[in-house]
Amino acid sequence: AITLLPGMASAALVDDAINAFTGGAEAGSDGITLIAPEIAENGNTVPIEVDAPGAEAIIVLAAGNPNPGVATFNFGPASGAQAASTRIRLAGEQDVIAIARMPDGTFRRAQQEVKVTIGGCGG
Amino acid sequence: MADNVTPRVRVPREASAGDVVSIRTLISHPMESGQRRDGDGNVIPRSIINRFTCDFNGENVIDVTMEPSISTNPYFQFSAVVNETGTFNFTWYDDDGSVYEETADITVA
Repeated sequence: AITLLPGMASAALVDDAINAFTGGAEAGSDGITLIAPEIAENGNTVPIEVDAPGAEAIIVLAAGNPNPGVATFNFGPASGAQAASTRIRLAGEQDVIAIARMPDGTFRRAQQEVKVTIGGCGG
Repeated sequence: MADNVTPRVRVPREASAGDVVSIRTLISHPMESGQRRDGDGNVIPRSIINRFTCDFNGENVIDVTMEPSISTNPYFQFSAVVNETGTFNFTWYDDDGSVYEETADITVA
C-alpha cells in the first residue's frame, strides 16, 4: 500500500514562514552562506551549515517538508561567529532556504536544492 | 519525559583571552516529528526539543528555536568569544516541559 504523507508544505506555507520572519522585506543574496549536500542519501539526517557574518538571527526552512520550519538561530553578544551547523530532516528533493536578519533591518537569503534518496518525514 | 535523554557537550578546556572557541553539542532524544504513524495508522504524537540555549557567564551565545525538521539526537556546532575564565551553561527545553542542563568550564590564560 502507498502511505500518503500528511500533506506537503504548500508554497503558501513557505511564503508565510518567510514573511513572518522578514515582514515582507526583500532579501539580498550577498553575505550569507548555506552549505548543504547536493545529494543526501538519508533524509533523516542531512548536515547543513549556515554562516552570515554580523547577523542577528538566521532562519532555516525546508520548502518541501510537511512543515517548512526547521530552526531559527538567534546569536547573542557572546557568539564568536554568526554561524552554526546542525542536522535536519528532509522529506524528499527540495530547496533548503536560509534567511539572515541583519542589525540594520535588512535581510539576506541563500537557497540550495538537495536531492534526497530516502525521505525523512514519512512513516 | 523521553527516555535516556543524555546531553553531551565539547568545549576546549583552555583558551586565550579574546579567542573564538568552537563548541559542539549533542543530546540524545527521539525527536518524534508528529508526522509518523504507528502500525494501526494512528499518528504518533509530536515530542521534540523545541529550544536550545547556550550562555557564557550569563551572556547569551546562541538561542535556537527548533521545529520537528531537526534530526533525531539534535546536534549543534557554533562558536563563542571568551574573554575570561568561566562556565558555559547549556539548556534544552522539551515539549513535555522537561529541561535538560549541562555545564562546561573553560580556563582563559
